Amino acid sequence: MTSWLDIVMVLLFLTDLGLLGSSRLGVYVRLAAVQGVLVGVLPLLVQHTLALETVAVAAGTIAVKSVLFPWLMARIMRGFDDRRERQPYLGYTVSLVLGVLAVGAALWISRRLPESGAGGLAAHGFLMPAALFSIFTGLILLVTRRKAVTQVLGYLVMENGIYVAGMVLVPESTFLVELGVLLDLFVGVFLMGIMIFHIQREFDHIDTDQLAALKDWGGEP
Amino acid sequence: MLRELVMLPAGAGLMAFFVRSHGWRRGLLVAAAVAHLGLTVRAWVAPPAVGGFWLGLDPLGLLFLTIVSVLFMACAVYAVGYLGREDHQQEKADLEEGLLFSNQPEAVFTGCMLLFLSMMSLVCLSRHLGLLWVAIEATTLTSAPLIYYHRHHRSLEAAWKYMLICSVGIGLALLGNFFLAVAFTPAGGVTPALGLDGLLTATVGTRGVWLKVAFVFIVVGYGTKMGLAPMHTWLPDAHSESPSVVSALLSGALLNCAFLGILRVWQVLVHTGQADFAQPIMIGFGLASMAVAAVFILGQPDYKRLLAYSSVEHMGILALGVGLGGAAVFGSLLHAVNHSLTKCMLFLTAGNILAVYRTKECGKARGLLRVMPVTGVLWIAGFLAITGTPPFGVFLSKFIVLSAAFNSGHPVIGVVALALLAVIFVGLCVIVLRMGQGERSDAVPEAVREPLWSMIPPVLLGLAVLALGLWLPKPLETVLQAAARSLGGGL
Repeated sequence: MTSWLDIVMVLLFLTDLGLLGSSRLGVYVRLAAVQGVLVGVLPLLVQHTLALETVAVAAGTIAVKSVLFPWLMARIMRGFDDRRERQPYLGYTVSLVLGVLAVGAALWISRRLPESGAGGLAAHGFLMPAALFSIFTGLILLVTRRKAVTQVLGYLVMENGIYVAGMVLVPESTFLVELGVLLDLFVGVFLMGIMIFHIQREFDHIDTDQLAALKDWGGEP
Repeated sequence: MLRELVMLPAGAGLMAFFVRSHGWRRGLLVAAAVAHLGLTVRAWVAPPAVGGFWLGLDPLGLLFLTIVSVLFMACAVYAVGYLGREDHQQEKADLEEGLLFSNQPEAVFTGCMLLFLSMMSLVCLSRHLGLLWVAIEATTLTSAPLIYYHRHHRSLEAAWKYMLICSVGIGLALLGNFFLAVAFTPAGGVTPALGLDGLLTATVGTRGVWLKVAFVFIVVGYGTKMGLAPMHTWLPDAHSESPSVVSALLSGALLNCAFLGILRVWQVLVHTGQADFAQPIMIGFGLASMAVAAVFILGQPDYKRLLAYSSVEHMGILALGVGLGGAAVFGSLLHAVNHSLTKCMLFLTAGNILAVYRTKECGKARGLLRVMPVTGVLWIAGFLAITGTPPFGVFLSKFIVLSAAFNSGHPVIGVVALALLAVIFVGLCVIVLRMGQGERSDAVPEAVREPLWSMIPPVLLGLAVLALGLWLPKPLETVLQAAARSLGGGL
């Protein structure tokens, strides 16, 4: 099992770096879909005994994160003329360098975490760093990209990281709560998708820096 | 009975999506609000056992549930009049820029209102921190369409910021919940379920550090939703762009729900004896919120943003009170009640002003007392109440919090808070009194009819705040005491 786990971990790191370095919205969506599969199969690889509930959560996660969301995003993007992230607030090279630094930070923090007592899982040295790196990547995407689609994907990547962290820290999580979290995520991204649709119609593009009418001084007449 | 509090509005909300007649749908909204209030009153008369693993009703939950229920009742009545005035078919001109826009279908509005009520009730009833998280995130999801009721680009911007900022913040709180679970894991043992009853009897052992980390993440996460500075940035936009009846619910009920999320973890901290560590954090966020509010209230040109920043200020007072501990916790909980009633009244009144003056600019909405006598009086009374002028209830609760600051040996905090309150008082005073006085501008019709539907709720809320300042009912005091004791404070 461990070798499979290693492969999944490496792929998780690579998808994060890929997200930081690419400019095409289509690539973003595909990488996020791959990541959805990766975090979806994780619980199957880590759990020693396969309970029905584990399989159900895994199937649900994969269905939502790597089938439904990519389909939704692709549908939204059908109307776009411009499918690239042009002029992000932070260039791709800088983002990648920042990403590498984030990997370092994730490893460093994971080493210094006080003993978590979660047993065998935390013993796998790369789960926690991978989780933290995904959270960092999500935050970087949220802050430095202009397109609304990229920001939603940033939120998704962050959520993936939190999901993996939860798997490490709380292996015996409650089925009902996991379903609730997944449902919230699903409805949340769905609503964001609808909003992007409206932003596109209202502004003819989805650059969120145009969403700047609301402020306290000097904005409106 | 606990389940009904969640299921009844949820069922009514789902039904509202499919009811075609406006009359029936509005009836459904009010009926669900009345039923919810009835169940809440029953919980006061015959308190249910504190509860099971998932749902339960302790004094703290009962207090916040009552706030939600009363406010929703007021807003449901007000919404009937409001929806009657709004046209859902035609496009109409935007108040500020003259662009054309249309409203969301009324069915979506009513349905989301009821689902929002259901999720807020779930927040108050949750006895499991995981379920609590799910419910708080669900309140974001059900309220975002309400903010985007007037479908134009400014409300879209507000709703987008609200969704993204709050979802990310609440995501961090989920991470905090995981850390909390680790803190209670015995060495080599199984992580406990995050049931509150289990956590309040468990011991931490050697992993106290994890609990501290957990608290920081949860305060930042839920604090984003609660509107604590500097995570408050979504709040003024969302409150100013949504319909006033929604702003009233967001400010009076939703922010409290996020506060309850923090308080639940606070209970765990108090139980494990770690509250000392968290007190300066809450005091810091409290004072920062009051300071930010003071800066932005001075000379604020938009009266709905004015009220929004006032909410940031009052959330700061709530955090400050909990951070100070002792009697201030009691004051803080009483303040939550007073602030909710007052702010709901003010937002509903602001909605009435907006309906007549058709502008959100303070400078153009002049002569309220002449044009709309009842609304004008309400607006000025609301200002006096919210700034803590006696004999309104807010005075009492602010006084308890501030005197606790001086009595518990924090004179500097007390002085700083008083100074900020003074600045806010002056800022509000100038703006509100100017709006009340002054000459009527030509854009406003001379004789304005003030419809009963939109007058009764704010009048009753205002009277309630006044009554709370003069006399604190015994049952309420008992519940406040019990709730404050569960947070390690109390008179």
